[in-house]
Amino acid sequence: MLVDVLEHLKALCSLPGLPGYEAPVADLLRAAWGPLVHAIHVDRLGSLWAIRHAASADGLAPASRAPNGQRRARGRAAAPPPAPRIMLAAHMDAIGLIVTRLEGDFLRVTSLGGIDVRALPGQIVTVYGTAAGERQALPAVVAAPPAHLLPRHQREGATPVAEVVVDTGLPAERLREIVRPGDLVAFAQPPHELLNGCLAARSLDNRASLAALTVCLEALQERGHAWEVVAVATVQEEIGMRGARPAAFAVEPALAVAVDVTFGSDSTTREFAHLTRKLESGPALALGPNMHPGLHAAFKAAAERAEIPYTVEPIWSGNSSTDAFGLQVARAGVPTMLVSIPLRNMHTPVEVVALKDISRTGRLLAEFIAGLPADFLATLGWD
Amino acid sequence: MAAKTRRPAAPRPAPRPARRAPRQRAAPAPKLDLDLLGALSNAVAVSGDEGPVRRLVLDAIRPHADEVRVDALGNVLAVKRAAGKPVARVLVAAHMDEVGLMVVDHDADGGLRFEVVGSVAERVLVGKPVLLGARRLPGVIGAVPIHLLTAERRTALVKTGQMRIDIGASTQEAARRQVPVGERAGFATEFAVLAGAVRGKALDNRLGCANLVALLRAGPYPVELHAAFTVQEEVGLRGAGVVAHAVAPDAAIALDCTPAADLPHSQPERENVLYNARLGQGPVIYVADSRTIHDRRLVDALRRAAEAAGLPYQLRQPGAGSTDAAAIQQTGAGVPVVSLSVPGRYLHTPASLARLADWENTLRLAYTVLKTFTARILK
Repeated sequence: MLVDVLEHLKALCSLPGLPGYEAPVADLLRAAWGPLVHAIHVDRLGSLWAIRHAASADGLAPASRAPNGQRRARGRAAAPPPAPRIMLAAHMDAIGLIVTRLEGDFLRVTSLGGIDVRALPGQIVTVYGTAAGERQALPAVVAAPPAHLLPRHQREGATPVAEVVVDTGLPAERLREIVRPGDLVAFAQPPHELLNGCLAARSLDNRASLAALTVCLEALQERGHAWEVVAVATVQEEIGMRGARPAAFAVEPALAVAVDVTFGSDSTTREFAHLTRKLESGPALALGPNMHPGLHAAFKAAAERAEIPYTVEPIWSGNSSTDAFGLQVARAGVPTMLVSIPLRNMHTPVEVVALKDISRTGRLLAEFIAGLPADFLATLGWD
Repeated sequence: MAAKTRRPAAPRPAPRPARRAPRQRAAPAPKLDLDLLGALSNAVAVSGDEGPVRRLVLDAIRPHADEVRVDALGNVLAVKRAAGKPVARVLVAAHMDEVGLMVVDHDADGGLRFEVVGSVAERVLVGKPVLLGARRLPGVIGAVPIHLLTAERRTALVKTGQMRIDIGASTQEAARRQVPVGERAGFATEFAVLAGAVRGKALDNRLGCANLVALLRAGPYPVELHAAFTVQEEVGLRGAGVVAHAVAPDAAIALDCTPAADLPHSQPERENVLYNARLGQGPVIYVADSRTIHDRRLVDALRRAAEAAGLPYQLRQPGAGSTDAAAIQQTGAGVPVVSLSVPGRYLHTPASLARLADWENTLRLAYTVLKTFTARILK
């Protein structure tokens, strides 16, 4: 049965999963991906691996195949050489806030990841208090104090994160019993369905890409692939891509593909037309030093084969600010690609994606993988 | 994930210098209706387009009022006759409208340009979901990603004129078909019950509306109660004046929700001395605001009623702001007025917050003063 991308995505976006605390997302993915793969594994830093062994297109169900880690023998006279391995990486973590101290009825916070402070005042959040032992979820509000309570030099622009307060409505004495410094604060805007198959939600960066991996794993059920696929939901991307590189070290892939989001265009981004792309323009195929040009070309070819629209995203920096940055230099180096889903309002709680771009990205990944010959690496030359 | 609601006990007031009437028992208070407040908070009723709240109010009060009508501006006027010969004709007003947005144009790529209705701070708009028009069509106010901006622009306030509402339409025609110019938009924040508090949009003044509904349900009183759910308070107290003209009351009380700006000062050694009102300190009685010196006799009546009933109260710091009382006071040959508010934090933002204890004590105080009203108060 095909996954309902909208419902799957809404469920993914409704979980906190702040950097270093991704377990709720990993649990959901374990349930969603388990039936689609041969093995699930959680690595030392918490990244979730879903392993799909190479398969001919004979329709064998994953469950009938060899368990965890075993290369599948194909029942012919001699075991074939081990299948080469491709790693797909999409980060699970989402930006959020963390409590620094308590001040009367209020919490002071700092950011976990690149918070857009302009979106903070009036934002609803959930505080996960741990002072009373069991984790307690407290609905709360982020507020910017009135100007007369701020230092003179901070009365003009957006209020910095150090000056906002988080308010649970609890009086000081009860607040102290439930919340302590180090407790997490997650955004709480529920998903908001827009017209034309667009969804507005928090944490679509990068839950949209995880949904695309779900679509890919599902599409691979119907396809043969000569490569072993390890889909990894990585941790701690938002605070400096700290999960992907150790994961790539352990997975030891021959090829790696990071899946993330990129800047979508709208009425407010006209001056950035050269850096943004329309929603529903399909996956953006990155090109630049962080990506292997041969892989880029192979993705284009796959998109054309499957008649999937795409755009080319030039990234001139050596750092694409995605998991691709860590993947590329894992161990002795990995030919790496970055495929991105256009998304508006990045790093606000009202990020917007087109569902079509998610399914197209998932289908493109599956088409690329299914089309990989076992000797692809040998053809991936430089000159 | 709303925490369990706890019915708060009325905190004991600090001892106050007494100017006292004989101590009375607190009248049994009308019940807090969380379901009604939730429905009122979730309904969108931007000034001039109060229909959704008006409908909820009419449904809620019809069984409890002797007369109900809607006037030329859309105000709801209800009468609850006195138990016996009325000691006075008292107008109690609560405004139904909320601050919000109005769509003014459609961009070529489908974005909606808007202006604010009433006083909404620009700084609370970015990154918020909204609901447009009677269909409650979802939209969001986004922002250019910080990744694309220079350091200065990342921390600069975005002007309303630079923002757009995104409904998912990709062309001007599509946007125009969905949302006509003039459509109102309200914040999409869902009402939630917290631990001893409520969170929602437009608690200013759905708390006042809920209180006025509760007062109608709990009557009759010695006074003839004229309950007015007014329109257009947030754009200049436009509804209350015509209501007062129609009612010609002996006295009036505006029920509202007033800002509790009781946040800490960013420099720990300095104190916040301009807080207007404080959460948890009980009903807020107005003495003076920027447009009204509230009637001393009525202020005293509220204070005496609170003290006699053992209810906490606070006096609002005199300063900026005003309520429907200002318009009512200047009607006809003049009307003695007072304002009584529930303290609330973050009013005029997408997510305001108030404590259940303050709400309950405000309702009790309003109820008590109506139950014990005498003609002597105005002598």
